Formats: sequence, C-alpha cells, structure tokens
Amino acid sequence: MDRRQFNKTLAAAGTLASLSPFGIVRAQGAKLKVGVLLPRSGTQAFIGQSCQFGADIAPAVIKQMMGVDIELMNADTETNVDTARSRAERLISEGAQVLVGPFDSGAAGAIAQVAEQKGVPFVINIAAAPQITEQGYKYTFRNFPTAVDLVRNGLALIGDLFQATSTVPRTAVFMHVNDTFGQAMAKGVGGLMPRLTQLPFKIVDTISYDPAAKDLTVEVAKAKATGADFLLLVCRLNDAIILRREMVKQRWNPMGIIGPGNPGMYENQFYSALGKLSEHCISNVPWYNPKAELTKLIEAQMIKQFPKEKLMFHALNVGFTFESIMIAADAYKRARTSNSKELTEAIRQTDIKNRMMIGGPIKFNAKGQVEGIGSAAIQNLNQRPTVVLPVAAAEAKPVFPVPGYVKKS
Amino acid sequence: MPIDLIFNVVIAGVLTGLVYGLMALGLSVIFGVVRVVNFAHGEMMTIAMYATVVLFAAWKLDPFLAIFPAALAFFVFGYFLQSTLINPFITRPEHSQFMLLVAVAIIMVNGLLMIFGPTARNVQVDYQLESWELGKILFDKARVYAALTAMATSAALFAFFKFSRPGKAIRACADNHLGAKVVGLNVKHLYALTFGIGSACVAVAGCLMVLLVDVTPVLGPAYTLLAFVIVIVGGLGSMGGALLGGVLIGVSEAVAGLFITPSAKSMVSFALLILVLLFRPQGLLGRKS
Repeated sequence: MDRRQFNKTLAAAGTLASLSPFGIVRAQGAKLKVGVLLPRSGTQAFIGQSCQFGADIAPAVIKQMMGVDIELMNADTETNVDTARSRAERLISEGAQVLVGPFDSGAAGAIAQVAEQKGVPFVINIAAAPQITEQGYKYTFRNFPTAVDLVRNGLALIGDLFQATSTVPRTAVFMHVNDTFGQAMAKGVGGLMPRLTQLPFKIVDTISYDPAAKDLTVEVAKAKATGADFLLLVCRLNDAIILRREMVKQRWNPMGIIGPGNPGMYENQFYSALGKLSEHCISNVPWYNPKAELTKLIEAQMIKQFPKEKLMFHALNVGFTFESIMIAADAYKRARTSNSKELTEAIRQTDIKNRMMIGGPIKFNAKGQVEGIGSAAIQNLNQRPTVVLPVAAAEAKPVFPVPGYVKKS
Repeated sequence: MPIDLIFNVVIAGVLTGLVYGLMALGLSVIFGVVRVVNFAHGEMMTIAMYATVVLFAAWKLDPFLAIFPAALAFFVFGYFLQSTLINPFITRPEHSQFMLLVAVAIIMVNGLLMIFGPTARNVQVDYQLESWELGKILFDKARVYAALTAMATSAALFAFFKFSRPGKAIRACADNHLGAKVVGLNVKHLYALTFGIGSACVAVAGCLMVLLVDVTPVLGPAYTLLAFVIVIVGGLGSMGGALLGGVLIGVSEAVAGLFITPSAKSMVSFALLILVLLFRPQGLLGRKS
C-alpha cells in the first residue's frame, strides 16, 4: 500500500467513523432494525402470536420483493400497557430504528408517546382508538381503520346483511369489552346509531365487561333477559370463547351474533376451542384479498415457515402486521438511510399499491392515518372464516337467522 | 327486572362461591394452625388446574376423578414444602415468610409459563355445556357438581378435624402451641400435615375450578388475592368463615354485576372487605385475638 492509498483508506474510515455515532447507516447493504411489539402472552396472547406470524415471514418476503434486509427485534407486551411502554423504550435503547405493533389501542397510545419522545417512527399494525392519530404525533402512523370507520363499515354491512337475508330484527343487545378499544367502539356505535335510520333495529341495552373476565354468567344472563333479537358484540378472543359457551349453557339462541369490527370470532383459536359452537358468528372486519399477488407470496412463505398454519385463520393479523413492516422497509429503501427523521419523512410519503388487505393504496394523511380501508362480512361456515358480503367478494351466502334460533311468540 | 333473572344470577353466585370457599378453606386451615400466610395459594391452585388439564388430555380422566390423584400429589407436595422450605421460616419475621412464599409463587408462575406457554387451556367434558331447567331457573350442571363436591370436601375436612386423632392434635397445636409440645405432640410433623391438607384442599378446588374457567399461568395472583379477601371477610383461621366468605363474595359479585355493572364486580367484593375490616376486623366468623 502506497502513501496515497493509505490516505484514501484512512479518509474513508474516518468518514464512516464520524457518521456511525449518529446512527446514520446508508441503506443498501445494512439491515433495518424493526422492533416488533406484540401481546404474545396475557389475555391477548393468541392474537399476538397470530400477528407474530406476519412479522416472522416479513424478512424473507420483503427481501424477495424489495431486496431490503430486515432484522426483527421482538418484544412481548404481555397484554399490558405499562409493559408495552417499557419494552418500546428498551427496543429503542437496543437499536430499533422503527417500531411496529402492538395490536391494542391502549398499548399503541403508550408506545406512540415513547416514539414521540425518542423520535423513532412507529407504524401501528392494528389498533383502532381514534385518539391515537388525533394527538398531533409526528412519528406515529396507522395502517388500520379507526374505531369510527370500523363501526361505520360494520353497521353498514349489518344493513346489507338484513337486506340479503330478508330479515328485519327489531332489537339488539350491545355487549362490549371495556378496554380502550372496546370503549372507542362503543362510542362509535353510540354516535352513529341514531344517524343510521335505515337500520331497522334499536339497541335495548348496553353491557360492558372486563376483557380479562374469567366468568361471564351475569353478563350473559342480563343480555338474555333483554329478549333482544340479536347480539351486537365487540369482543376480544378469550372473552368471545367464554361468552359463546355461556350462551349455550344458558340456552340463549338469538338470531345471531354480529361483531361490528372487532377481533375474536374469526381467530384460529375460536374455531379450535369451540368447534361447532363457533359456527355462524359474523364479524364485519377489514379483510384480505385472496387474489392479490402479495397474498400469494405471503401464503407461500407461511406454508414454508409454518406448515401447520393456514393463512385464512390469521389473515387479518398477518396481513396488517406484514404491511406495517413492509411500509417501514419501503420507506427505508427510498430514504436509503435509517436516520429517524429521514425515515419518518419517507414513511409519510408512502404510496404502496401492491398490498394484501382490501382497500385503496397505503397513503398516510396529514395525521398519519391511512384512509379508505373497507370491511367485509365474515361468517364462520364449516369452521372457517367465509366472506359472505359484499356480494362481489362473497364466497357463500350469509346465514341469518342462524339455525337453532327460536322465534318468540 | 325479572325475578327469574335475579334467581339465576344468585344461584350461579352461590354455586361459584362454594368453590371459592373451598379454595379459601385451604388458606384458612394453613394459617389457622401454622400461622403462615400462603402467598402462593392461587398459584398452587393454578398448578392443580393444569394437572387436571394434563390428566384429561392424556387419559380423558374426568376432573371429578382427577381430584383423587391431584389431592394425593398435592398433599405430598405440601407436606414436603412445609417440612423442608417453610418450617425454618416459622420463627422468622413475617416479612421473611412473605418474601419466601412470594418467591415460590413467582417460580410457580414462570415454571408454568415455560412448560405450558401463555395460552388458555380447558377441559371439555360432555356435561360442561348442559344445564337443568326448573321453570325459568337454570342450573348449570358443571357448576352444581362442582359446588356439591366442594361441600362434600369441606364436610370431610370438618369431620377430620372434629373426630380424628390427627385432626384433634392439629387443633390442639392451633389452640396452644406450647401446650401441644408439652404433651408430646410432634408439632413439626403436624404443621407439615396441615400444610399438606391445605394443599390437598386447594388441589380439589383447582380440579373443580377448571370446569368453570379456562386456566392460564397468570391466573394465580388473582386467585391468591381472592382467597385473601374471602378468608378476611369470613375470618382468618375459621373454616366455616372461609365457606361463608366464599359464598358471600360469589353472590355479591354476581348481584353487583346485575344491579350495578358487570365491570364493577371486583369493586363490590373489595368494598365488602373494607366494611368487614372497619366494623368486624376479625371477620364474620373469626374470633377476637
């Protein structure tokens, strides 16, 4: 090595060394460190683990699609808001360049505060409380409908369901979990119902309950006593299983159970825990497009990595979790840096058309919210989630009232 | 509000309360004699629930039959836990005992998490979703069976302490520790025996509880707290008080859910606890120290 070569090498090394303390690493060749926060234990463990599949398959699919290397840094929020906050802080201190998660509105609110304090972008996979994107946060983005949108879409689909089945239920009892998500949904239902005069039913009673409840005897007895035609239910997973069993024990057979935009009744565990009792429950939720190119890629990777799992039972969780990591990877590719400000700005400019979930392109508005994500009515038929509405996407006709319904005299 | 709804809710509260009572009975028996508060009580019940799930999954053993092996195993476990780990702490300050049993509880929760993971598990027996109908009143079969078993177990325990020689010796220990030693009773053995009996009680409660709720490793602390509330309301050390406290808490939670809001169930049981502490600190059936 001559003097000139030595000087050049020294200058290059000096440049790299001067950049590294600020955490600036040019994109190509370097891995993007994605902190994935999910409730893999606690009452939402099954859904958290379901979302985790989406995260686990993301590095391979994204590498294949975009050529971007992803390094996942997984953290368990334990279905606890305080734990979510501390895990987010820890991930950032350990070098996470972007945060993704956390399937819970309460946890999302806490992580958003941490992301804002530390100046690290945070892409929400699933969380619906409207206030998360109403705080003026600069680093928080959400590719999931707000509770108001979920309820609006969900209630509209209920109207379509009644039309499609030529039924006119007059009353509903509304049961909801009393966590951040459940309360936001209840607020949405309460706000929208009086304006939706085309819906033939009125809500005769509203019953809230703890999502970690171990026993729902009283709640179900109270709901049954209203004599409502159908059950409008905003639930999580474990409580949905307990509630369905309790309905059978108390011999309550309403016309049906309809979720206006919540998880629980289309999850894999709901089918395996309840078997035939899971049949005919309806969930009006954002859903995936089975024909999309991206879906096929994801499904192939899912089979490769998790041969025992079927995408259809994890579709919503996998789809939105994958998409949130894809948003980060896409921004990283365009920004060509992991510098948080530049990465955040690149996320803000996102415009992804090739997506897995039904809806328009992934584009954030000024508040960091993706708009125009639609919903489909998913009914449990033959112990699998089946699209029954809208008609254009339907795989089967909706069944309503459900078998076993006894018409009151 | 329809009267049948109130009846249904109260009956469910009584039946669940009896199982709660049996769970708390174990705690009360241990404290009444050994004077150590078992802060791992709920966690021990969770282990019993998992044992029932495993026995059912492996051999389709009905939870009511699983009671026998589970109670025996827990008796042995409790006996050795007391004689090897807890006994040296009997004369130490209460905070040392507290730390020891909290540590045991934490180990149990994390051990369960490592073995079974965080997912909820249950047993599915054919009568679990069935109920009897009497007019408009419904009796949940599993709950009725569980409550009857809880009552039978409590009665057997009462009989043991009242009529058997070891039971009388244990009561003598509880009444007068020094006197028991003076007359030549093997106090160390009797303490371990009591802990074993309390553990067997909690094992039976676990076998029954798994019919009513799904089990997860993190269930333990909530049940430890519930057992405390029950025994404090009923009277710490009083066996009848534990059963009465269980029923009271079961019914008050159910009625609160009906008349106030289901979310306020725990609030009412804690309010009841505060009232008892204020106006009858020794508990409803407890003796003044």
